[in-house]
Amino acid sequence: MITSVGTVASRPSAARWLAAAAGLALGLTAAFPAQAQETIKVGILHSLSGTMAISETTLKDVMLMMIDEQNKKGGLLGKKLEAVVVDPASNWPLFAEKARELITKDKVSVVFGCWTSVSRKSVLPVFKELNSILFYPVQYEGEESERNVFYTGAAPNQQAIPAVDYLMSKDGGEAKRWVLAGTDYVYPRTTNKILEAYLKQKGVADADIMINYTPFGHSDWQTIVSDIKKFGSAGKKTAVVSTINGDANVPFYKELGNAGVKATDIPSVAFSVGEEELAGLDTKPLLGHLAAWNYFQSIKTPINDKFIADWKTFIKNPKRVTNDPMEAHVIGFAMWVKAVEKVKTTQPDKVIDALPGIEAPNLTGGTSKMLPNHHITKPVFIGEVRADGQFDVVWKTPGLVPGDAWSDFLPGSKDLEADWVTLKCGNYNKVTKKCGGAS
Amino acid sequence: MRAFRDRLLALVFALGVLAALASGAQAGPYEDALLRLTADSFDDTIEGINGVALSGNPRAAAVIEALQDGRLLFSAESKRVFIKDKSDKLTDAASGEAVAGAGPADLAPVRLNNRLRRIIQAALGGLTLLAPDPAKRLEAAQAVFRSRDANALPTLDQAIAKETDPRVKQALIEARAAVVLYLDTASEADKLEAVAVIRQRGDQEALGLLGGLPANTPPAVKKAAADAIASIENSLAMWTALQNTWYGLSLGSVLLLAAIGLAITFGVMGVINMAHGEMVMLGAYTTFVVQEVIRARNPALFDYSLAIAIPLAFLVAGFVGILIERGIIRFLYGRPLETLLATWGLSLILQQAVRTTFGPTNKDVGNPSWMSGAFELGHITITYNRLWIVVFTLLIFVGLLGLLRFTRLGLEMRAVTQNRAMAASMGIRTARIDALTFGLGSGIAGLAGVALSQIDNVSPNLGQGYIIDSFMVVVFGGVGNLWGTLVGAFTLGIANKFLEPYAGAVLAKIAILVLIILFIQKRPRGLFALKGRAVEA
Repeated sequence: MITSVGTVASRPSAARWLAAAAGLALGLTAAFPAQAQETIKVGILHSLSGTMAISETTLKDVMLMMIDEQNKKGGLLGKKLEAVVVDPASNWPLFAEKARELITKDKVSVVFGCWTSVSRKSVLPVFKELNSILFYPVQYEGEESERNVFYTGAAPNQQAIPAVDYLMSKDGGEAKRWVLAGTDYVYPRTTNKILEAYLKQKGVADADIMINYTPFGHSDWQTIVSDIKKFGSAGKKTAVVSTINGDANVPFYKELGNAGVKATDIPSVAFSVGEEELAGLDTKPLLGHLAAWNYFQSIKTPINDKFIADWKTFIKNPKRVTNDPMEAHVIGFAMWVKAVEKVKTTQPDKVIDALPGIEAPNLTGGTSKMLPNHHITKPVFIGEVRADGQFDVVWKTPGLVPGDAWSDFLPGSKDLEADWVTLKCGNYNKVTKKCGGAS
Repeated sequence: MRAFRDRLLALVFALGVLAALASGAQAGPYEDALLRLTADSFDDTIEGINGVALSGNPRAAAVIEALQDGRLLFSAESKRVFIKDKSDKLTDAASGEAVAGAGPADLAPVRLNNRLRRIIQAALGGLTLLAPDPAKRLEAAQAVFRSRDANALPTLDQAIAKETDPRVKQALIEARAAVVLYLDTASEADKLEAVAVIRQRGDQEALGLLGGLPANTPPAVKKAAADAIASIENSLAMWTALQNTWYGLSLGSVLLLAAIGLAITFGVMGVINMAHGEMVMLGAYTTFVVQEVIRARNPALFDYSLAIAIPLAFLVAGFVGILIERGIIRFLYGRPLETLLATWGLSLILQQAVRTTFGPTNKDVGNPSWMSGAFELGHITITYNRLWIVVFTLLIFVGLLGLLRFTRLGLEMRAVTQNRAMAASMGIRTARIDALTFGLGSGIAGLAGVALSQIDNVSPNLGQGYIIDSFMVVVFGGVGNLWGTLVGAFTLGIANKFLEPYAGAVLAKIAILVLIILFIQKRPRGLFALKGRAVEA
């Protein structure tokens, strides 16, 4: 828009000037109705097209809703908030370009965005270089803590480890044999490495762990499901831990259901299957399969009921569901607002320093807190799939679990610590007493 | 004042207890167990189930069945349990009397988890072994086989003596063997006999049973079990090969289905149509729309939804195909690079259009009842949806072959693709035939979409996952030859499924790709190369 006006303007002629001015005015009134007063800009960096649009579009919508609500409450520091939405189109290098555009051209004060780890890794250098703030709302593999990033999704110790603990418990079925099935990329690989180390520490033998990776969007699960059945018939209670990426889950679960793998025989616990994914699925054959999250739509609290009702009104569709990454954005946004109110500016350095220690209510009735390692405290819930596509919470951690950036179960990372308050370091080595990662 | 209130409370409480006692006039173990089901805690529910199962009350089986189906409701306030039947009528579980109206306001289903479901299965197995319905008895026998509940042994013996249905009898005998194997008090001879029975069964579950024998099993039994395991594993290895072949056929049929439309547009017409996958996607969305309409208007028709969707998907995708041919592709004949870029852009436009119209999330396309579940053939499991897709694919293939061979349209199509100038001079309107051929290829892609909606995500990206595979099949099979596409698809499917158990899904895919590249080096025109002038055209 702006660039086209620029090129037209470089060849001045009265008529063209007029057209350009008219176009500019039209464009501005259409895009920024509240241009009259100064606004605080909030960048939203989620894919609205391409493979990841399925998950990320919802997050864009929930951010627009939060910003809208904040404006109804009178905005922030006396100014209105203004959302700047860009579409990185599920294209990882484009994420970096769009992030740069948001920070330098649109001058946003904060960015909420990214879903896949690879997109986060792609924008990291941009946020470091231009010193801005990114809120990342999705559960991820950990092993990272950056000064400019705040991780509001779950670290492995807030999702994977409690899920395995549950399956080992009496209520979870005392699993002795484990299938770790995942899509072939960094999140499942790292999570499975952590889980494997954790299981071995708990005395599970090598022969009782089966690890399986599949390509993105894998749709023919016959062999793998029959392998799981075979692996599960060795006389020991077997459980499947699935880090299969969102989209491949539907054919996986369809195959599980059709092949008659019941949750009572071989329960599977998923880390990437939420209410949104189940919405595309007939869940009756999946009754009893599990998911581990920090939030479920079915959790009854007044604040959650209100959020769900607001969301359905905002999106104008009574059938739309809510899910865990949405809650992460809700918490992250509330924390950012509080931090900005505390330091009375949106200047990144001040906000980054103010964020650790900020508390915000989560939707499940507790209060989450931003930790010095830029992760937050969250409760962990295990839910069972119900026939209506929702989850029934069968277990939860007694309190909130603080997010651990560096896993205690990986040889390289167990000596590392992230602390941006006292140590001012994202990978402080407790053994060598130096900032800079594993020796 | 305070003391008075306390006393009043105590009085009310005592009255309440009296009332409760009076209402449950003959409070026995069954009633006590029911009471535990109202506590809304998993541990209490377990006690409740076991109590109900052992109470001997005639309503016990009905209560536990209702619990399994989520039809057992409780009211925490009035401490009563109700069974909801299929027509939503309530019955008081304690008295067996029908309840008029909607029942207490705080009714909620008794909650379950997997551990409870297992306990329910075991309890129900013991209770329904003597049920009049043979299907129920079979289910009960299988449940006991899994739970190995020693309490069921007397009932099992009784059931075996009475049983007339040979299939159920076999299941009962196997269930008895499973119980005996895990029973400490059973004699060695009994256990050896049980091992023999399980060995006969010879499937995965038998392996699991024999593999997990308790540590205090006599050595002779252990040895017999080890022998049995070895023999079962031996015979299962053969079945595994058969199973892989079936999986390969099934994968091959999916590949064929996705590629067969392309075999026409790319193979016969020579158009590189990158939007082919989106035609598949349109077919899948047509199925979704049909199901939505049926759900809203006439749910009874749901089982016929696919039959209704098939012609519609063909028409929708075919119509869009004709539009594409008339609007874009006909200007680009003979310019493959431009066609490739234009159709690729078109595929992005179609994806985004569907995303904007239907939203980015997956759509729920249900399986009709005849497409759900599986059956066992020997020791291989065949799922109905895969079986029907194989059948459907072959039908389409035969139909298409017939169309090309025996109809006037087919004759004209072949004439135009073999020698356009001569066909035109014989009075064939080549432009019309081009549009119809492209429409036919697209329509068949739409049919593929109907089938794929049953096994894959219905999302705007559906087509993308199949486009590369489709080109691979067509190129491998030989451009311009339907039989080549058939053989190519099944070869790739079976090769993939035999590689997968050894190499894993990721490596198998890579290996297949490398093999195809090598193969194309050797035979650039694919498996079945067309001979004659058509190739040069």
